[in-house]
Amino acid sequence: MTTATFDPVTIRREFPTLEQSVNGRPLVYLDNAATSQKPRVVLDALRAYYENDNSNVHRGIHELSRRATVAYEESRAKVAGWVGAAEPSEIVWTRGTTEAINLVSTAWGLDNVGEGDEILISVLEHHSNIIPWQLLARRTGAVIKYIELDQQGRWILDELPRLLTDRTKVVAISHVSNALGTVNPVKRVAAAAHEVGALVLVDGAQGAVHMKVDVQELGVDCYAFSGHKMCGPTGIGALWARRDLLDSMEPYQGGGEMIHFVGRDESSWATVPHKFEAGTPNIAGAIGMGTAIDFLSGVGMDAIAKHERELLKYALERMSAVDGIRIYGPQSPDEHSALISFTLGDAHPHDISTILDSEGIAVRAGHHCAQLAMQHFGISATARASIYLYNTESDIDRLIEGLEQVQGIFA
Amino acid sequence: METPPLSSLYQQLILEHYRNPRNKAELEEKSVEIHMANPVCGDEVRLQLRITDDQIEEAKFVGQGCSISQAAISMMTTLLHGCSLADAKILAECFTKMMQGDPDAAKDKRLKDLRALQGVSKFPVRIKCALIGFDALQEALKTHAKEETS
Repeated sequence: MTTATFDPVTIRREFPTLEQSVNGRPLVYLDNAATSQKPRVVLDALRAYYENDNSNVHRGIHELSRRATVAYEESRAKVAGWVGAAEPSEIVWTRGTTEAINLVSTAWGLDNVGEGDEILISVLEHHSNIIPWQLLARRTGAVIKYIELDQQGRWILDELPRLLTDRTKVVAISHVSNALGTVNPVKRVAAAAHEVGALVLVDGAQGAVHMKVDVQELGVDCYAFSGHKMCGPTGIGALWARRDLLDSMEPYQGGGEMIHFVGRDESSWATVPHKFEAGTPNIAGAIGMGTAIDFLSGVGMDAIAKHERELLKYALERMSAVDGIRIYGPQSPDEHSALISFTLGDAHPHDISTILDSEGIAVRAGHHCAQLAMQHFGISATARASIYLYNTESDIDRLIEGLEQVQGIFA
Repeated sequence: METPPLSSLYQQLILEHYRNPRNKAELEEKSVEIHMANPVCGDEVRLQLRITDDQIEEAKFVGQGCSISQAAISMMTTLLHGCSLADAKILAECFTKMMQGDPDAAKDKRLKDLRALQGVSKFPVRIKCALIGFDALQEALKTHAKEETS
């Protein structure tokens, strides 16, 4: 597959989950921001690993262990290339974005943040980029400050010079909002944060999925992301961080594989990234994530981004015409990633989701683990339709038909 | 599993209670108040009861959430006025059984309007919504009993 021949209908056939009916209708899967479906190549890679090469990495001196280790480390290199890391050792495998953020907030945070220091996050964050910092603040006496939102769910940056002080130790922000789809001006905030000497961590769970990410160009220090939202398996993700930063940090967890030498009183650590990878890792998951990257690269990220943009425009246009709908987040498609958060008349988002489900349409309903953003708009929940490479205009048409059903019931 | 027709879920009576909830207000004199929330979906209720001599004099609630949760709470409160604590407990147990799919419980006339919610039992992911009000009631009865004995 090349960029020139991008065709969502052909791509769709690579995803076995999508070839089914739900409640008597062909499945329309629009819950991609929660997790994406998996292409056959990824499923095959998981199976092939367990059938042919299954063994532990970096331990055995036998053929299977060698093969597993090679595949595992090759995947690390692919992930490094995916976000523009300087070298593969800057990639630490984690369970996902959440663990990657907790790794930094704990291993770096406990040694670098003290009483009265400030942590700057935004009201738009997913709970996974709020709670780890609240835990750190509770343990250290640090203070959390927030970047506020405007009525379109965009950061209000006029306040930034006041929010960043010489006490600001870390700025933790999302690349793309999972609740509203806002594409955030990370680069600008990162530059300002570095002027006061703060560390910049980016929650990239919804970022590296839809666009080419270059951490060097973004000018950040840490970038956390997950495999399962980008066609990979669940339970695997990565933290990218600058090598010097990783070198300076204490380990996150202790155990096998992360040691250099163990003594009765003192032990020493393996080099980066293994220092942060205690215990037998998710080897199959790592290989699956590498395969997902091959798959997405084969399709072409530029082509995917273009397709998603066109589909988003189409969806925004059609959905805006639905009577009683309110769409949250930026109104311009240029500031919007491939998801639409909305409410419809007085139908509660759960009711919307149940009615759509009866038509075989999967969307998310709820607070999207972003209660602060919901509070900002004075609501408790929205419905969310999120798009990926295999969605088509006909999926959007089905969604509109479903929304008309909701209107009928809640008329 | 096939989802049954939506008409079994969204009955007019449910939508009517959702739009015009009964007893949705703060109670001035309350004997017990229970806050119950489902963090997964955001359904929320604060149930307030005024109890005298083993009888519920008044029941009011404040809450937010989907049509099923809010209609169920509204219907429940209409049945609680003048209801003995023992009967309230039976009502809660009966409704819970109906949600678990017990056909006999669904025939129990004491449930009155609440029987409109019978269809929810066929939508497993929505049963929690229907139960949040009665979960709060059962908690309230327990709390009240504890306070009485202490």
